[in-house]
Amino acid sequence: MRRFAIILLIATFIFTVSCTTENFDSSKTNSDTTNSTYIQNKGSDTLVNLALAWAEEYQRIHPDVEISVTGGGSGTGFTALINGTIDIANASRQIKPEEIEQAQANGFEPVEFVVANDAIAVIVNRNNPIEELTLDQVAQIYKGEVNNWNELGGEDRPIVRLSRETNSGTHIYFLEEVIRLGSKEDKSIFSADTLLLPSSEGIISEVRDNPNAIGYDGLGYVTADVKTVALAKQTGGDYILPTVKTVLDLTYPISRSLFIYTRGNPTGAIQDYLTWILSSEGQAFTTKLGFVPVGGTE
Amino acid sequence: MKSKSEHIISRSIMIAGMSSILFILLIFLFLLKEGTPALMEVPLGDLFSTRWYPIENYFGILPLIGGSLLVTFFSILIALPLGVCTAVYIAEIAPPAIKQVLKPIIEILAGIPSVVLGFIGILVLAPFLRNILNLPTGLTAFTGALLLAFISIPTIVSIAEDALYAVPQSYREAAIALGATQWETIWGVTLPAARTGVLTAVMLGIGRSLGETMAVMMVTGNAPVMPNKIMSFFLPIRTMTATIASEMGEVATSSTHYHVLFFIGIILFFLSLIINVSASWISLRRRSREQLVS
Repeated sequence: MRRFAIILLIATFIFTVSCTTENFDSSKTNSDTTNSTYIQNKGSDTLVNLALAWAEEYQRIHPDVEISVTGGGSGTGFTALINGTIDIANASRQIKPEEIEQAQANGFEPVEFVVANDAIAVIVNRNNPIEELTLDQVAQIYKGEVNNWNELGGEDRPIVRLSRETNSGTHIYFLEEVIRLGSKEDKSIFSADTLLLPSSEGIISEVRDNPNAIGYDGLGYVTADVKTVALAKQTGGDYILPTVKTVLDLTYPISRSLFIYTRGNPTGAIQDYLTWILSSEGQAFTTKLGFVPVGGTE
Repeated sequence: MKSKSEHIISRSIMIAGMSSILFILLIFLFLLKEGTPALMEVPLGDLFSTRWYPIENYFGILPLIGGSLLVTFFSILIALPLGVCTAVYIAEIAPPAIKQVLKPIIEILAGIPSVVLGFIGILVLAPFLRNILNLPTGLTAFTGALLLAFISIPTIVSIAEDALYAVPQSYREAAIALGATQWETIWGVTLPAARTGVLTAVMLGIGRSLGETMAVMMVTGNAPVMPNKIMSFFLPIRTMTATIASEMGEVATSSTHYHVLFFIGIILFFLSLIINVSASWISLRRRSREQLVS
C-alpha cells in the first residue's frame, strides 16, 4: 500500500514537471496552451469546492481535458497566476492594482470573469440566544468595542471573535464591507485578539463547540450545526437571512461576486472551460453547493 | 592504486561533511539578503511595536516573539520534569521487561506527525480545557504549550537516557556501598554526573518546541496579542513560525511584508543558533571533563 502511494506520488511529480515544462515551451512560441489539455487551477478556499465540482463534471464530459484544483486563498492564487505556475486563479475578491502591475511586469494582463455569487453568513453557536444583529453591531464586535454578549441582549459571556487568515479573500471582504462598512476613509481593523484560523472548517468547528464564539464564512460552508444570524443594514431595517433569493434581489446586505482570473484573454481549452462554467449547465452547480448563480437567471 | 581509491573516498567523505557547513552558510546568506531590507523599509520603532496586521502595514513583531517565547517556555516547564523523570525511570529503575516496552513506545511518540497532534488538540484538548478551566476559548497558549511538551518529551527522554547510561556503573556501586538508597543514588550521584547530558537534552527540547509550526498554528488561535499579563497564558497568541507558515504563501515577492517575514526568519535562526551552540558547548564541556577523569 505504502509502496503504491510512493509510486503514485512520484508519478504525479513527474507528470506535473512535464506539464510545467510543456506550458513553458508553448508560452515561448506564443501559442499559449492551445495544444495543452491540462488546466491548473488554484486560489480561493471559498471557491475550491465549487471549482472541484466543475472540474470533475467537465472532465467527465471532456475526457481529453485534465483539470487540477487546489485552494490556499485568493492571494495565493493571484501570486501563482503572476508567477506563471497556474492557468486560472479562483478569487473571492477582485485583483488589487499592485497585483495587476506585477502581472503586467510578467508580461500579461489578468482578465476577470464573475463565475458565481456568494453571501457571507455571520454565525454563532446554536445555544446563543442572539438571532439578529445590525451590520454596525457586527462591526463593533470585530473592532473590539463590544466584548460581552450581554451588551447585545444576550447571555453574560465573553465574545470570542473568529476570522479567516489575512490571505483569505473573505477576510478582506469582511474588513472592507463590514468592519469599515464600505467606507474608504475608515481605517479601522480587526481587534488584535481576533482568532485567525487557517481554514473554514476550523471556524465552523469552533463555533459549533464554543457558545462564546462568533464567526463568518461563505454561505456554502455553513452547516446545520451552527446558527446563521439575520442581518440588517442599519438599525430599524429589516433583519434578513442569507438565501439564494435574498442574495439575488440584493436585500441581504453582505454578498459578493466570486471570480476567475486568466492570463490574458483565454484561448483554446481554457476558453471552452470558462464558457461551460458560465452556461446554465455549469451554473447549476452553484445552487447545489450553497452559492448563488450569476445573472439571476434562476 | 589502493591509496588512490582511499584518497578519493576520504575526499568525498570530507566534502559530504563540509557541505552541511556550506548549506548553513548559504541559508544564512539567503535569510540576510531577503530579511535585512525590512530594516530599511520599516522604521525600527514600528517593527518593534505591538500591532501585527501586515495587510494594512502594521509590522509590529513583538507579539510574535512574545508568543513564541511564552509557548516554548511553558512547554519546557512541563516537559522537563516529565521527560527527565521518564528517562530516570527507564535508565535506572525499570525492570528490563518494562524497559523493552517503554522505549519503543516513546520512540513511536516521537514519530507521530505534529499535524495529527494538532488535530487531536483542536478536537479534544481545546474543548476540554475550555470547559474545565471555564475559558472564553480553548485555543490558547496553554493548549499550545501542552502539545509542544508532548512533542518535545521524546527528544528529552532519549538524550537524557543516553546521558544516564553513560554514567559509569562504578559510581552507582560506590554510592550503594556507602549505604545510599536507590533514590539517594539517583538524586545525589547519577543525575549530577549526567547533568551536562540532561541539560543538552533540555536545550534540544527547547529547540524542538521553538521550531514547531503546524501543531501550534492549529491550537493557539493565532491572534497576535502581546502576552503582557499572567492571563495571557490562557488566551490566544500567535507564534513566529505560525506567522511565517500562514502568510508566506500569499505575499508578493520582494514586498515589505515578504522582507519582514524573512526578518522573523532571521530572529528564529538566531534563537535556534543560540540554543544549539549552548547545547554543544555544554556537551563539549562534559567531554573534556571526562577526558580529564580517564
